[in-house]
Amino acid sequence: MQRIGVFVCHCGSNIAATVDVKKVVEMARMEPGVVFADDYQYMCSEAGQAKIGAAIKEHNLTGIVVCSCSPRMHETTFRSCAKRYGLNPYMVEIANIREHCSWIHKDMQEATEKAVILARAAIAKVNLNAPLQAGESRVTKRALVIGGGIAGIQTALDIADAGYEVDIVEKTPSIGGRMSQLDKTFPTLDCSACILTPKMVDAAGHEKIKIYTYSEVEKVSGFVGDFTVDIRKKARSVDATKCTGCGVCQEKCPSKKTPSEFNRGLGNRSAIYTPFAQAIPNVPVIDREACIKFKTGKCGVCEKVCQAGAIDYAQQDEIITEKYGAIVVATGFDTIKLDKYDEYAYNQSKDVITSLELERVMNAAGPTKGHLERLSDGKAPKEIVFIQCVGSRCADARGKGYCSKICCMYTAKHAMLIRDKYPDVNVTVFYIDVRTPGKNFDEFYRRAVEEYGVNYIKGQVGKVAPQPDGSLLVQAADLLDNRQIKMKADMVVLATAIEPDPSVRGIATMLTASIDTNNFLTEAHPKLRPVESPTAGVFLSGVCQGPKDIPETVAQAGAAAVKVIGLLAKDKLTTNPCTAKPDELLCNGCGNCAKVCPYGAITYEVRQINDHGIREERRLATVNNALCQGCGACTVTCPSGAMDLQGFSNRQLIAEVDAICR
Amino acid sequence: MQGLKARALELLNDGTVSRVLGWKIGENTYDPEPAFFETAEAMEQFVYNNFCAANLSKYMIEASKLEGKTLVCLKPCDSYSFNQLLAEHRIDREKAYIIGVGCKGKLSIEKVKQSGLKGILSVTDTDPLKVETLYGDAEVAYKDAMLDRCHVCKGKEHVVYDELYGESEDTSDADRFEQVRAIEAMSPEEKFAFFQAELSKCIRCNACRNVCPACSCRKCVFDSNKFDSAQKANVDSFEEKMFHIIRAFHVAGRCTDCGECSRVCPQGIPLHLFNRKFIKDINALYGEYQAGADVDAKGPLTSFTTEDAEPGVVSQGGIV
Repeated sequence: MQRIGVFVCHCGSNIAATVDVKKVVEMARMEPGVVFADDYQYMCSEAGQAKIGAAIKEHNLTGIVVCSCSPRMHETTFRSCAKRYGLNPYMVEIANIREHCSWIHKDMQEATEKAVILARAAIAKVNLNAPLQAGESRVTKRALVIGGGIAGIQTALDIADAGYEVDIVEKTPSIGGRMSQLDKTFPTLDCSACILTPKMVDAAGHEKIKIYTYSEVEKVSGFVGDFTVDIRKKARSVDATKCTGCGVCQEKCPSKKTPSEFNRGLGNRSAIYTPFAQAIPNVPVIDREACIKFKTGKCGVCEKVCQAGAIDYAQQDEIITEKYGAIVVATGFDTIKLDKYDEYAYNQSKDVITSLELERVMNAAGPTKGHLERLSDGKAPKEIVFIQCVGSRCADARGKGYCSKICCMYTAKHAMLIRDKYPDVNVTVFYIDVRTPGKNFDEFYRRAVEEYGVNYIKGQVGKVAPQPDGSLLVQAADLLDNRQIKMKADMVVLATAIEPDPSVRGIATMLTASIDTNNFLTEAHPKLRPVESPTAGVFLSGVCQGPKDIPETVAQAGAAAVKVIGLLAKDKLTTNPCTAKPDELLCNGCGNCAKVCPYGAITYEVRQINDHGIREERRLATVNNALCQGCGACTVTCPSGAMDLQGFSNRQLIAEVDAICR
Repeated sequence: MQGLKARALELLNDGTVSRVLGWKIGENTYDPEPAFFETAEAMEQFVYNNFCAANLSKYMIEASKLEGKTLVCLKPCDSYSFNQLLAEHRIDREKAYIIGVGCKGKLSIEKVKQSGLKGILSVTDTDPLKVETLYGDAEVAYKDAMLDRCHVCKGKEHVVYDELYGESEDTSDADRFEQVRAIEAMSPEEKFAFFQAELSKCIRCNACRNVCPACSCRKCVFDSNKFDSAQKANVDSFEEKMFHIIRAFHVAGRCTDCGECSRVCPQGIPLHLFNRKFIKDINALYGEYQAGADVDAKGPLTSFTTEDAEPGVVSQGGIV
C-alpha cells in the first residue's frame, strides 16, 4: 500500500478564487492510500517545495499528488523536488485543477467538485505507480534545416557559426525562398537581393553547411538527439560537379514555354533552368515534364552545347540517409489560391495581380524588366487600386481568419515606390484597418500618405469588373464618408493572404509535430517556448509557425538556432522511462505493435518461455527502450493487452477513469 | 465428396500429411462438425456436404504446433481467415497442406426451421432441399436455406491453397451493408434500444469469441486477471454488453467478415453487424479493404499515411 501525500496549491487566487482548496484537502484525506494532505498559496515556490519535502520525510511518503497547474508547467519542478527529498520522481502525479478547472469554471461549488474528482483520479493512479529509472541517449551533433529561405539560411548560419554541422534541404532548385522574389523591403526600402544574396553565398561557402537543393525530406525516424532522415535528392539531370554555370544550355534550350515559378507564372522559362540569375547552386535542373528530350527522345541540344559535358539524362533520384540531433522546420509560406474570390476578377483580367506578382513586375530582373506596365497590353497604368485583406481576416470559409500581418506594410511600400518612380500615377488603397506595429512602421505608412500622396480609403471593394475598353471598374464603399465609390482603374493589386507552404502538412506528419487548423506549426508554449515544437528536438523558424515579416523571421531563426545549439552542446540526454513493456505470457506475436510503432522500437524474436509449466518457443515482441518514446500506440493496438506503458499502464488509466466515474 | 475423401486419404497414407482437418459426420446431414482425422479408419467419418459451414482456419493455430503437416480443407471465404492468421504469425504455412474446396453456398438448419417447418426428421443438401418431417415431406429452395453470409459471398476464388477440389459458385445476391445502413439511419435512442434488445439476449457462452479466427489471443483480456475487465463484467450488466463492443474493436481491421460469430450464436444475435459497421467505415475512410486478401498488406488501422482521413472527418461520420 502506498503512503500518499496530497498538496493543493492556491496559485494565489488563480485556483483558490474558484476552487475551495480546503474542501479539496478534506476530501483527499478520505481517499485510499492518502496519509497526508495540505494546501499552500504557491506550492511551486521554495517554501511550498520545502513543505512537500518536510511531509515526505515526516510521513514517510511513497507517492505524492500535487493539485496545481498543468503538468506541462510544473511537473518537472515537482519531480525534481521529490527527487531532492529522496522520492523517485515518477511517484509524482499532477492533478491539473487550474487549466482544467478553476480557469474554465465560474461556479465555486461545481469547480470544487471537479477539483476533488481530478485529485481522486490522480490519487487512484499514484496508488498503482511504480518507481521508474530514466536512461540516457546520445546526441548526434548535426542539425537538419528543412527549407532554404531566409529563415532556414539564417538558422543554418547561426548553428554553423557555433561550430556544428548543418544540412539544409530545399525542395526548389535554389535556396533563397520568397525573399529572393521580393524587390525592395520595408521599412528601409533596401533591395531584397542585396541583403539576401550575400547570406546565400555565406551559407553555400560555410564549411559546416551542406545544402541539398531540389531535394525533399522523405522519411524521418528516431527521436530528439538521434533522428534518422531519408532525403530524396531529385535527379537534376545535370552533373553538379562538372557544371560551370555558364548558362548556355538555358539560352539554347528550344523548350521555352513553361511558366516560370520564380516569376509567379508571369513569364516563361526554358526546360533546363535555374530559377534566377543569382541561384545557389548555380547549377540548372532539367524539368523532365517540359523537356523535349524526355518527352520525345529527340533533342539533346543542351548536351551538345555544354562544354563541360555536365548534362546527364540518365541521372536517377538519390536517397541520402543521414543522422541528426535536431530538426528545424523553416518551410515558409505561399499566397492563397484566389479561385473563390471571383469578385476581384483575378482569373478574368491579366491586370488584376497579387502583391507578390507586383514584386516581380517591379523587379529589374522580372518579366517586365522593372517597368510598371499592364500585363494585358504593356501600357503604362495611370490609376492603380490596391485591395487589402484579400482572404485575410475573413469570416467565411473562403479565406483565412487570421491577419497575414505583412500586407499593410508591403502595400504602403508598393504605393510609395510607385508614387516615387511614377508621380503621374494615382494610387488608391482600400483597407479595413492599417496595422503598423513595429519599429519605424507607422512612420513609414504616414510617409506614404503624407509625403507621397497615396489615397487611403477605409472600406472594402465589392467588385472589380473588366470593361470593354480594357479598364477595370472598381466598386467599393468608403466607410468614413459613408458613400459608394465607382472608379476606373488600369491595374488592381490584391494583398493576398499568406498561408503555410502546403508541403508543411507532410513534413509535420513525418516529424509528429502538431499543426493548427490553419496548418501553422504549433509551439511548445505560445509565449514561453515560441520556437520549439511540442515534439522534442523539432524547432520552428519563420512563417511556418505564424505570419511574420523579414526582421521577425530573422530574429526567430536566430532563436531557433540557439535552442538547437543548446541541444547539440549536450553529450547525453535523459530518456523518458515511460516506455512500453510487453508481458511475454500474453503476447501473441502478431506483429501489429511493430506495425504501428512510429519509432521502429519494436522487433520480434523467438524465445523459449515457460507459460505455467508449458514450455514452448514463441514469437514475442521486444521493445528497444532507447528508441521507444512512450507514445502508447502499441498498447492500444495490442488485442491481448500484452503491451503496457510504464507510468501509464492500462490499469492506471482504468483506475483513473473509475475514480472519475465513481 | 468421395473424390475429396480419396485424395485426403492418399495424402495421409503417403505421409505427405500427418492428419486431416475436415468435417465429421454428425447425427444428421445438417450437423457435421470440425474434426481432425489421423488414420484411414477415422477417415470413414469424414464428410463434406453443403451443411459444412464451419471455418476451419482457426484450428490451424493448434495444428501448427503439432509434428508434421496438416491437411486443411478451406472454402473460398475461409481462405481469407487463413491468410489473416498467417499475416499475424499465428499459424505456420509450412505446417499446412491446403485443399481449397468448392462451395456453392452453405446451408443452415436454422433457415430451414425459419421457413416454418417443424419436427424435422431428415433433410438433404440438394437443390431444393427435401425435408422429411413428422408432419409429412416438404421442399425448401436452396437459396432460402442458405446462411445470411452466403448472400453476400466474397466470391469463388481461394486466396491461398495448395490444390483445389470441386467447383465454387458466387452466391451473392444481397447488399452487404444494407442492414448497417438501416441501423445508421436510426436515431440514437432507436440504436440504443436495438442493441439493448439484441445484446440482452447474450448468455456469455463465449461461442462467438471461441469460433472467431480473429479472436486468437493466447489469453483473452476478458479471461485475464491482469485487467479488471473480467470481474467487472461479472457484476455489471452494462459491462456485460461492452463485451461485444470491445470484441468488435479488437477485431476491427482484422475481421474478414467470415460470419462465424453470428452463425454459432445460440441466441441468434446478429453479431457480425458490429464488425460490418467497422468494415464499412474503413472502406469509406481508407479505401476498400478486405482483411486476409493479401498477407503482406498493412492493415488500414495499423498503417499511417499522409492521405489518411482526418480525425475531424471521422467524427463527422466519415463524410469525406
